[in-house]
Amino acid sequence: MTTDFHTLPDAHGRFGAYGGVYVAETLMAPLAELTAAYERLRNDPDFIAEFEYDLKHYVGRPSPIYHAERLSRRVGGAQILLKREDLNHTGAHKINNTIGQALVAKHMGKRRIIAETGAGQHGVASATVCARLGIPCVVYMGAVDVERQAINVYRMKLLGAQVNPVHSGSKTLKDALNEALRDWVTNVHDTFYMIGTVAGPHPYPQMVRDFNAVVGREARAQMLEQYGRLPHALVACVGGGSNAIGLFHAFLNDADVAIYGAEAAGDGIATGRHAASLAAGRPGVLHGNRTYVLCDDDGQIIETHSVSAGLDYPGVGPEHAYLKDSGRAQYLGVTDDEALAAFHELARSEGILAALESSHAVAQGIKLARELPKDRLVLVNLSGRGDKDVHTIAAREGLSLI
Amino acid sequence: MSRISDRFAALKAARRPGLIPFVTAGDPLPEATVALMHALVDAGADLLELGVPFSDPMADGPVIQHANERALAKGVGLGQVVAWVREFRARDAQTPVVLMGYLNPVEIRGVARFAAEANEAGVDGVLLVDCPVEEIATAAPLRAAGLEQIFLAAPTTDAARLERVVAEAQGFLYYVSFAGITGAAHLSTDSVRERVTALRARARTPVAVGFGVKDAATAATIAGFADAVVIGSALVDTLAGSADAAEAVRRAHAFLAPIRAALDAVPAGHAA
Repeated sequence: MTTDFHTLPDAHGRFGAYGGVYVAETLMAPLAELTAAYERLRNDPDFIAEFEYDLKHYVGRPSPIYHAERLSRRVGGAQILLKREDLNHTGAHKINNTIGQALVAKHMGKRRIIAETGAGQHGVASATVCARLGIPCVVYMGAVDVERQAINVYRMKLLGAQVNPVHSGSKTLKDALNEALRDWVTNVHDTFYMIGTVAGPHPYPQMVRDFNAVVGREARAQMLEQYGRLPHALVACVGGGSNAIGLFHAFLNDADVAIYGAEAAGDGIATGRHAASLAAGRPGVLHGNRTYVLCDDDGQIIETHSVSAGLDYPGVGPEHAYLKDSGRAQYLGVTDDEALAAFHELARSEGILAALESSHAVAQGIKLARELPKDRLVLVNLSGRGDKDVHTIAAREGLSLI
Repeated sequence: MSRISDRFAALKAARRPGLIPFVTAGDPLPEATVALMHALVDAGADLLELGVPFSDPMADGPVIQHANERALAKGVGLGQVVAWVREFRARDAQTPVVLMGYLNPVEIRGVARFAAEANEAGVDGVLLVDCPVEEIATAAPLRAAGLEQIFLAAPTTDAARLERVVAEAQGFLYYVSFAGITGAAHLSTDSVRERVTALRARARTPVAVGFGVKDAATAATIAGFADAVVIGSALVDTLAGSADAAEAVRRAHAFLAPIRAALDAVPAGHAA
């Protein structure tokens, strides 16, 4: 008996034991409204055509699959292929989701959009689509992240968004999410909350996955067309997990395709300074869904660490929790140092600056390829470009760019 | 009968509106919590709500967020909160105590383990902010252990869901007076009156009203149409910065006693 992974989530938004709707009473009505609207739209041919038009003409899809031949030769194992989400407009997969949610917001008649952001990529992608719709956009961002991602803060402002620094808790992504939920609960009548990853209460994990699933659908067709076969393995980085589930979803029922998620192991899982919720966390409830979380024995969510702000999150999308428990996907830790080494390796062997998030996937892809014969194909999701990270990388190497 | 329903029955018989103060356990000082509970009862509280500190209180405004952060910085967790209720019960066997918090600390402790410990310590009810009626199965061990599960109803709760909330509610129904976070400023008592009156016609339990009740005048207005009034952020804000437990107790008494007096001066809502 094989599982049909494409039937999830169920009507209650559950992926096995995970997911669900764990929010305060006031948010139940707007979530029900959103669920009903999304159920209607996702089967509406006009909506799908509108979404696909934007993906093609505004985002620049399809993104290519590129054979990293020189990198593969240097690694000396399987062939490494890159799904080039970094070539999308705004430089990452995040735009797939915000294009989709913006269309949902438009159809629901919402006049104001709020979003949370960690590294700023989702904030930029949200500000981008709001500029295009001509509606106000408020982005919540932890005060610590505002400091370390100054360029993206400025990009959001250039796009007309208002960036609200969040000073509560650990002043990072999780606190930005709390603050966005507080805004939403206060302004439910006219506000659309654009969540940036496959977490949060139902229907977000499903909706955000569906909008990113174009990555895997394209990749699956491209593999068959370019190589006449599916890859041996898929690799993607996992923070909340939206680029990963986007790549994985179309392949979940292809039992011969191995699936690997690369989590941020920071300074190493043994040090406790990491963000590997699946590899080192436990089931709990955070931000509206049941999933693996990083918390102490009192159930308090703990501060995470990763060189990559986009992976610095103490939870993970509930579908990944389900895929882990079911054994369909494996989630492994990649340290800051391994990700940085992969960043440099890709830059010098292929002329591509990968985002630090995506560099975790590249590192895992290299490790995997090294163990496999040359005729195997390993497909790595290059989820974003690294321009935003050059200051972080320079600082780690003791350089100042100004 | 439970301590909560006994208390509401007694209030009704006395034609007295209920007063439910909320404090975050461990704030302003861990050593003040039990003394504060007794002081609030002395000042006229009919039922106590004790907030369980959580790192990510997504439904709370800045005042209670900061109270949570202060309590967590002093290492206050769920086990400690239950122990304080046990200590309180040694001297007060009558006043109902409801713990209010978020699901994750309870899940990590183990719902069944927590339910047994809380029941044994003398906790009467539990309000899990992020556990709506749809996820009631998660909290089933609370009921099994004899704890009452308190639910929220909000201005956004539609008729179909309200039916389910009313059917599952135990102890009392906590009506959130406006769509927003705790302690926000824009409470309009007229619209609350209309909704609470409609809610009380359908509810099988008493209805308490909270969120945004800041002073004696607002509390008295709400007491005219509700069974009880909850006061949280304004009290927590008043207690913040107390130098020691004695000062916190003085501040609590000075804050609550005039509110009690104002409530006692109006005809009780449940007499209507």
